[in-house]
Order: sequence, then C-alpha cells, then structure tokens
Amino acid sequence: MSGKRGSDYISGLKMGIPIGIGYLAVSFSLGITAKNAGLTGFQAALTSLLLNASAGEYAAFALIAANAGYFETALMELIANARYFLMSCALSQKLSDKAGLLHRMIIGVAVTDEMFGVSMSRLDKISPFFYFGMMSLSMPCWSLGTYLGVVVGNVLPENVVSALSVGLYGMFLASIIPPARKNKIILAIVAVSMLMSLVCSLLPLLSQLSEGVRTIILTVVIAGAAAILFPVKEEEDGA
Amino acid sequence: MEHNIYIYILVTFIVTYLIRTLPLTLIRKPIKSRFIRSFLFYVPYVTLAVMTFPAIVNATDSMWSGIAALLIGILVAWFNGNLFIVASSACLTVFILELFL
Repeated sequence: MSGKRGSDYISGLKMGIPIGIGYLAVSFSLGITAKNAGLTGFQAALTSLLLNASAGEYAAFALIAANAGYFETALMELIANARYFLMSCALSQKLSDKAGLLHRMIIGVAVTDEMFGVSMSRLDKISPFFYFGMMSLSMPCWSLGTYLGVVVGNVLPENVVSALSVGLYGMFLASIIPPARKNKIILAIVAVSMLMSLVCSLLPLLSQLSEGVRTIILTVVIAGAAAILFPVKEEEDGA
Repeated sequence: MEHNIYIYILVTFIVTYLIRTLPLTLIRKPIKSRFIRSFLFYVPYVTLAVMTFPAIVNATDSMWSGIAALLIGILVAWFNGNLFIVASSACLTVFILELFL
C-alpha cells in the first residue's frame, strides 16, 4: 500500500470510529428485532454484514417473521432501500478517478446513510481507500451490534438505548448543517426539506407510505426543484 | 410453505447490492448535464434532512428530549461541525433530560 493510499485509509478509519459507535447502538436494537423474528445470532450478524441497511433490515426481519414469499421480500427490499440508488448516483460523482470497477463493487456493499453523509461532506473527491477505511470499522460494529442484540437482548437500560438512538441523527446534522451555514441556498433547502417531511408524516394519505418511499418522493421533488431554481456553477459542485 | 432463512438473506442481499452497485459502476464518467449535476449536488442535503426530522422526535422515549436533541444538535453542528461531538451532544441531551422527565 503506497503512502497516499495508506493515509487515505487511516483518515477513513478515523471517521469510522464515531460511525461505528453509533452503529453498535442502533444495530443492537436491530438484533432484538431479529431475535423476535426467530433468527440466530449468526444469521442476524450475517444479514447485517451483507445488507448494512437499518430500514431494509427491519423490513427483512419483519417479512421473515411473517413467513412472506421470496418475491414479496425482494419487492419490499427494493422499496425500503431505493434511496440508496440516488445516494450511489451522487457518490459515483464524488469518487476520485482512481476508483476502478473492483473498488466500486466493494464500496457497493456498504453505501449507508452515514458513510454517504461523511463522504459528501468532504471538500475534495474521495479516494476509494478512504471509504474502505470507514467500512473496515463501521461494518464489523454494525454486525457485532446485531449479534449482541440477539444473544444478550435487553441488558442495556432503557434510558441508555433511548439516548443512543439519536446518535445517528446527530451525525446527519453534522453532515448538513456546516455546509448550510456557508451556503444560504443549502440552508433554505434543509429547512424546506424538514418542513415538508413533517407535513408528509402528518397528512392522511402520505403518512401511510413507508418512510423509505416518502424519503424518495421528497428527495426527487425538492432536489429536482432546487436544481431548476438554483443550478450549481461549475466550481461549486466538485464534479 | 416453510421458507429458508438463508434464502431470505440471499434475496435481500442481491436486491440491496444491485441498488447500490449499478449506479456506482455504470456512472463512471463525470455527468455533463447541468440539471443532473445540480440535482445530485442537492440530493444529500434533502435526503439527510428528510430522514432526520421528524424521525429524531419519535426515536426517543419522550418527544421533548427528541426535540431538544435536534435543537442542540443543530446548534453544536453550526459552531463545530465535528461528527463525533455533534452526535455525543445529541445523545447526552437526551440522557440528561430523561433523568428528569
């Protein structure tokens, strides 16, 4: 591993620490769901290692518990995880030219909300080795937390679980608020997005849609409108 | 019909992997269209904002600690963007508030 690759990997590892801690907490509660669905610790840990998706895994465990058909499971998984399609489109433009096919196929295992957020908040294009650094800490944490959730269940006190559950949202805020402070358009978009998300969660018909579907609809509508109203200049999109 | 858990895991893995890997591998060159580039530039901010609120309010035992965590999180992120510090302040806010609520 050359020096540049090594230092990219190390800075990825460092970003992986807070993500991994957050993942341990969230995947722990996911493990409790997996246990209730009848999975063993190994099966739940394997699911987490392969899927790296909170909502997608909740959906999967619920379908397993309901003994759903395989086709129905595939369809639900497509809906629950479709937002990663948009994230991967954006991430494809953020990866440096050094990222080859194999690199991209490895990154594809773990395009998650948090690692996506961290990648997009970097000023420059990112090296695949930076992403591998994040993956090598956060993925084992995600899998281990799920395993622990199954085997040791409800040992954490309720108030600790409650406190840890906002950690991931804190990471989202750390990804979007600093750019919003510097750019008034982004600030307005963040505010409008939160407002419309609240409205959609309260409206009778829209609130029945799953959170994944609502996220996709709002992303397409708001980011689409913003792209028409405020097209980015050559230098500010980092492409 | 009894289903096999490993087939469930395989099916969900294949679907999830393709959703992420197809755009990553097929879109290799910089996109030329100014609209699509602008759209993709705004995607992360919209997606992460939509996923944060109002979900953060429902994530905690008490709605008020969730609202407090959101406000403290925004405030800390505004003045210090560090990922770990923002996440810890949100967690601590909930933990301390729920000792009293």
